Amino acid sequence: MTAPKTLYDKIWDAHLVHEAEDGTSLLYIDRHLVHEVTSPQAFEGLRMAGRTVRAPDKTIAVPDHNVPTTLDRANGIKNEESRIQVEALDRNAKDFGIHYYPVSDLRQGIVHIVGPENGWTLPGMTVVCGDSHTATHGAFGALAHGIGTSEVEHVLATQTLIQSKSKNMKVEITGELRPGVTAKDITLSVIGRTGTAGGTGHVIEYCGEAIRELSMEGRMTVCNMAIEGGARAGLIAPDEKTFEYIKGRSHAPKGAQWEAAMEWWKTLFSDEDAHWDKVITIRGEDIAPVVTWGTSPEDVLPIDAVVPAPEDFQGGKVEAAKRSLDYMGLQPGTKLSDVEIDTVFIGSCTNGRIEDLRAAAAVLKGKKIKAGLRAMVVPGSGLVRAQAEEEGLADIFQEAGFEWRLAGCSMCLAMNPDQLAPGERCASTSNRNFEGRQGYKGRTHLMSPAMAAAAAVTGKLTDVREMM
Amino acid sequence: MDKFTTLTGIAAPLPMVNVDTDMIIPKQFLKTIKREGLGVNLFDEMRYDRQGNEIPEFVLNKPQYRDAEILIGGENFGCGSSREHAPWAIKDFGIRCVIAPSFADIFFNNCFKNGILPIALPQEQVDILMKDAEKGANARMTVDLEKQEITTSDGEVISFQVDPFRKHCLLNGLDDIGLTMEKAARIDAFEANLEQSRPWV
Repeated sequence: MTAPKTLYDKIWDAHLVHEAEDGTSLLYIDRHLVHEVTSPQAFEGLRMAGRTVRAPDKTIAVPDHNVPTTLDRANGIKNEESRIQVEALDRNAKDFGIHYYPVSDLRQGIVHIVGPENGWTLPGMTVVCGDSHTATHGAFGALAHGIGTSEVEHVLATQTLIQSKSKNMKVEITGELRPGVTAKDITLSVIGRTGTAGGTGHVIEYCGEAIRELSMEGRMTVCNMAIEGGARAGLIAPDEKTFEYIKGRSHAPKGAQWEAAMEWWKTLFSDEDAHWDKVITIRGEDIAPVVTWGTSPEDVLPIDAVVPAPEDFQGGKVEAAKRSLDYMGLQPGTKLSDVEIDTVFIGSCTNGRIEDLRAAAAVLKGKKIKAGLRAMVVPGSGLVRAQAEEEGLADIFQEAGFEWRLAGCSMCLAMNPDQLAPGERCASTSNRNFEGRQGYKGRTHLMSPAMAAAAAVTGKLTDVREMM
Repeated sequence: MDKFTTLTGIAAPLPMVNVDTDMIIPKQFLKTIKREGLGVNLFDEMRYDRQGNEIPEFVLNKPQYRDAEILIGGENFGCGSSREHAPWAIKDFGIRCVIAPSFADIFFNNCFKNGILPIALPQEQVDILMKDAEKGANARMTVDLEKQEITTSDGEVISFQVDPFRKHCLLNGLDDIGLTMEKAARIDAFEANLEQSRPWV
């Protein structure tokens, strides 16, 4: 009998091309997702060395970071640098013969939403992308992580990646979530508990009843932010929900291949006696709707808490908290639910899927956003947008006073025109509250789509449970 | 890739935890399609005001640190996005070595691909180096990759760990892709097997 393995061990072993004596390994990559920001230098490198893309059929590209999300974008991208970058991807996709969803394609959207939606992401795969939120795909039981541009070039040229194996970390969420608590609250609460470096050097597997109960969309939200916890990747073992989600999607296996795939997929779980280097257990009942107060995703507190003081922390975090509070313009002791906002952003690879829009729309139905507030919904893909329109969600958002945008990364990282002005405060469903992330001197509070919708109605950070 | 063997230079102290890649190189500079020229925008929002004037208090604007080649930082250095623009900017500025108690994974990896040596050391040792760096331009430290040793301006020697393969690549300036291409036959064999075992991939 072989030694018990974790899910990560199993996927790793199935992709090992070569392992050197010192443990340096060459790992085969099943899917390579590409976007316009981190790829131009990689394609240029291939050209200069006279190399080709080794597996164009396993390489999928889509522009997302730079694309405008306003309805007039068919007229072209006004910002010259952004336009050049998107045009470079257009050209590279054509020249190297890779799968491509251009801006004009209905299926265009955020790369981490497009991949699963079109059946590119499958259990047991290795998935990489020049983007840290590649961890999203781990929701399918795929080993998925972000890489730099040099590695993008390496994967394009060789379809492999040089890696050393990470440690195994288990994050178990037991029991049931309370009403008003969502996948976003789980993932933020885990980071709040472990810190942004808590997962460094590890691959996290999320498990437990509360994780099993999540939809595929919710699981993607959880895995998406594994990187904010410092982990190389986040994983959730595939189950019937996973298979149900995948079945029938355009690039999912069909017929006999589906049967063969299912046979293997059903072996993709961590063995009972597998070794874990680190284990964190959180009771689902103990998780509250949370928001971030500072400039690191670990600065997480329940919505009914107050802004902390620097003295509440230790070590380097004391100075960091002072700096955060100053940047965020917050006074210790202020109730978080008294913090007024200017902007609401619903979207991103963390929370730009249909379930997220449904959750926000459920809060907004029949209500108006606070007067003077700027609020936008940016669906994660053209397909999400179309579905939301079909379900009547777009009408709810627009009637409430939200702008209804086209798909892209938008204000999550503000590379396109969607940005915060200095001092503006945003209730955001995105993944990073770093200084300047959503615009120079912009202030970001991370939260779930339902919480962001509640904030839009009241104009301040709000406990969504009071509106349920 | 540029080799890294021994470096003797000025070290700039940046005693902050969670220095993220948005701080190292803000998003507006990611629109380039080149690798070069980002050094002038390294730490842009901490280094310049909105009019583009230097903020004199920022460490790299101080006369004694303008030519720094080593950066000493706090825990979880380089967290956040996978943007390789971060190490590109650091290198373009002239910094070839970053020392911190811990690094975010992708940033750490990206450094090695660009001839930058990231060194993780226990907090107490980083504190010693931080103090040494605070002495300014008179305090040059030496980083010797072959020996895996850092020598402070006072002659104190601190040894460090580095992955043997990455060390070999840095010392010799080796290109990863070239090395992997030498294993093409193994990749061919893996793919042939994949056709049989997981044809849906």
